[in-house]
Amino acid sequence: MSTCALFQFAQEKDDRHFEMADYQGPVARWCSGCGDHSVLTAVQRILTEEQGKPESTVFVSGIGCSSRFPHYLKTYGFHGIHGRALPLSTGVKLGRPDLDVWVVMGDGDCVSIGAGHWIHAVRYNVDMVALMLDNNIYGLTKKQTSPTTPQGYGSNTQPRGSYLPAMNPLAATLGVTNASFVAQTAEWVPAHLLATLQAARAHKGFSWVRILQRCPHFTADIFGDAVKDPNQVELLDHPNGIQVPALDALFKHRISHDPGDLDRARELAQPVDRIRLGLFYHDPSRPRYEETRRLAHHSANDKIALLDQEFDRYAV
Amino acid sequence: MGVKLDTVGPASAGPRGEGMDDDVLVASDHSVEIVSDSGEGAQKCGQIFGHVSARMGNGVWTVEIIPAEVEPPPRSIAGASGIRIRLGDQPVTNWGDETDLVVAFNEQVLLGRHRLNALKKGATILLENMWAAHPDDRIRGQWAAAMEELQEAGYRVIEVPMEDLCLTVVENARRGKNMFALGMLCRIFDRNVETTKDQIRKAFRKKAESVTVKNHALLDLGYSWAAENLDLRIQVPTMDMEADMVVMNGNEAIALGAVASGMELAAMYPITPATSVSHQLGDIFERFGGVVHQAEDEIAAAGVAIGASYSGRCAFTITSGPGLALKTEFLGLAVMTETPLVLVDVQRGGPSTGLPTKVEQSDLLAAVFGEPGDAPKIVMAPATIGECFHVMTTARRLAEVFRTVVLVLSDANLATGVAPFHRPEMVPEWQAGPPDQSPVPEGGRPYDWDPVTGLSDRFIPGRPGGMHTVTGLAHDEGSKVAYDSASNERASTMRSRKLAALSHALLPPEVRGPDHGDLLVVGWGSTRGAIEEAVDRARAEGLSVSSAHLTFLSPLQPGLKELFDGFGKVMTVEINYSDKPGDPFITEENRRRGQLCTLLRAATLVDVGCWTRVLGEPLRPGAILRAMTEALDGDEP
Repeated sequence: MSTCALFQFAQEKDDRHFEMADYQGPVARWCSGCGDHSVLTAVQRILTEEQGKPESTVFVSGIGCSSRFPHYLKTYGFHGIHGRALPLSTGVKLGRPDLDVWVVMGDGDCVSIGAGHWIHAVRYNVDMVALMLDNNIYGLTKKQTSPTTPQGYGSNTQPRGSYLPAMNPLAATLGVTNASFVAQTAEWVPAHLLATLQAARAHKGFSWVRILQRCPHFTADIFGDAVKDPNQVELLDHPNGIQVPALDALFKHRISHDPGDLDRARELAQPVDRIRLGLFYHDPSRPRYEETRRLAHHSANDKIALLDQEFDRYAV
Repeated sequence: MGVKLDTVGPASAGPRGEGMDDDVLVASDHSVEIVSDSGEGAQKCGQIFGHVSARMGNGVWTVEIIPAEVEPPPRSIAGASGIRIRLGDQPVTNWGDETDLVVAFNEQVLLGRHRLNALKKGATILLENMWAAHPDDRIRGQWAAAMEELQEAGYRVIEVPMEDLCLTVVENARRGKNMFALGMLCRIFDRNVETTKDQIRKAFRKKAESVTVKNHALLDLGYSWAAENLDLRIQVPTMDMEADMVVMNGNEAIALGAVASGMELAAMYPITPATSVSHQLGDIFERFGGVVHQAEDEIAAAGVAIGASYSGRCAFTITSGPGLALKTEFLGLAVMTETPLVLVDVQRGGPSTGLPTKVEQSDLLAAVFGEPGDAPKIVMAPATIGECFHVMTTARRLAEVFRTVVLVLSDANLATGVAPFHRPEMVPEWQAGPPDQSPVPEGGRPYDWDPVTGLSDRFIPGRPGGMHTVTGLAHDEGSKVAYDSASNERASTMRSRKLAALSHALLPPEVRGPDHGDLLVVGWGSTRGAIEEAVDRARAEGLSVSSAHLTFLSPLQPGLKELFDGFGKVMTVEINYSDKPGDPFITEENRRRGQLCTLLRAATLVDVGCWTRVLGEPLRPGAILRAMTEALDGDEP
């Protein structure tokens, strides 16, 4: 029986129902007020809503506060090394397209030490949800400048303020050929966060989501004003985008943007006074690497016969 | 295998019955080189000649001479591109000492080989002579100077108008001289012309039929020219071929071995000299349902292989020295998470970019100890091209059973060396089954270490009830992060215990020669053929010398101390750097020794010596023989 048939068999007779507790691991050891808590809750809600099978769900992470994420779930998890979550998750999905793969990275993971993998993962467009939990700082190692730290913002490594303008990960992602899902949300807008993650999970391809979040210890002030003042946030609005009617009353600044328009997405990704949240770009038709690599299954005996033919070419 | 070169009476009939009056040299061992600028097809010529010779029953070893550049400047001493074919009346296990016969397409690349001491004193040289009358003064000057140097060295130089002759068949002689040269060699060595033509057809099967037709015409031309103009005929007696043999290079053998071993994914990034494994796999792997993933970098290649292995697939990554350095952190992660991984390192000269196309065995200590932190891994080294095939099955099995990294150390000598070996019988059981998706029994733990062996079952994603997060952090049996002293001590012990358990299952190394005597030579990897040939020659000269060759470098095979105690002296022979005794500042204490030597001294407390060289070429048995003689004479090796 082929692997696929086995999975199908398991699927057919599965009548389990999962509660949120079925996805909840030990109590998270993040600081109180850390944005990671909101993301974890949103993810657990989505898994419950979608009735994802815990044994078929894999969370892969790098290193940093946010990369402890898999430990707090009752699914499979691979807590890897700094910056290298994406190669690991690519391998998992290449090996097992049947698994539901999520990646959790911090800003240091995704756009600093792992920047090369980020660019290429966008191009590979392997079906997974990749979350970049961006608190603009290295938190676990106690406040070092990250590529997304605002210019002039002090840290232990650049105490007189970050020397250069912050990197723009949205614009960079939108610049990569074969990008298929690029979104930005914020942990302090839970309804938007939830809707964004739902859309990301529904997308077949590499869903890259930047989640803006506060670090209560080291960057509480960076998004502090935006948290208190919804006028500092602008929502991208479109029937094909992420729409959250519940937020209509709260967020007055909205901008209509068709996520199929890449040029406009790139314009909107440029820095302005307001923080833009929403689906910047979505193209479900982009080729997926794991689909191009999905190959026919052969029995052991078939392979032996093929190998024998191959050896004939080298026969003396 | 001794080198004897006798002149005997009239030859047995050649295929055409021509040249019956020529004297025929009968040699049990004869080496031929074809050297040219890059792109002139010397290697193709040598490969076909080697293959035909193997089909006719000679022992054969061919090794390519590869410049580091794709197309170095033409007619440059350092840019020689070519191939050496060593023929024997017995199986040939290494490239030998010096070359007896050379076909050279220009005198500059020939000088390059001469100055590397690659050519035997008195060797015969068939040299393209178009350069003697070249319109460019500078080239004519180079020719004259080279001829003087070559005459002084005592070679027998025969000028051959290859260009003019080939132009009678093809418009561009650069694209034809190699087949003309093949024709000359067929005549000289009495190769079967029809077999050769058949091999040419196979070699050019992806090209138009007209290419084969032209190449056959060039072959005939070279053959008949040699018959009419050369008094040179050499006979290397052939063996009866009782078993099915295949002939390929070590990288092709690794690729086919990977397929036969049940591998499903190869992740790589291009690097010399490892890349040709992925060329071979790129060509055939999809037909077996396999994937070659060319990653964005060496690190990602390791990560993808580990991710795929974690997901329950059989995956490996392949690289050379600089890539091994980059993969280091991921290897530590695989060891820590106990994720099976096979890594093939086709070693080249180092450090840094080093000698990209040339052989060295300098990655051994990096392979065994490369990771910061204690990261016990299995390290093994194939010694022959046949072993390059079989090592993949062993490596895959060990990686899975012991849940760790298996590092396979091949090298540029095996990667480009071509020799026949017994055609392996494939075993369906070597292939991988589907990933285990059975429910994990109640109470099962992801690192339920057997307290004696350290072994545990793996919970592959998809197995109900087995959900857990693997981590590079210190952890306990449940894969829970555990920073406490007892957990860390226990987990470290369990990871290390696996190697001890494996070592307990290994056999002591086989010894060539008696298990006691004056000198034991210990080697590893691709040097086996040259070392054993040197030992055989030494024993024929009455020296009390034996050798042992290690397949496992981590853990070491058992019984080494007992073996060493049976010999007056023990020394390793390796292709890596060691300080020479007597050099400035070098003392017994500060001397940096060969890498296996260092391992063996630490493991056995025996005063193991070493003789090592980093010449960018495989070791020559004659040089090893001299080193053994010196060691026996009392000079510290």
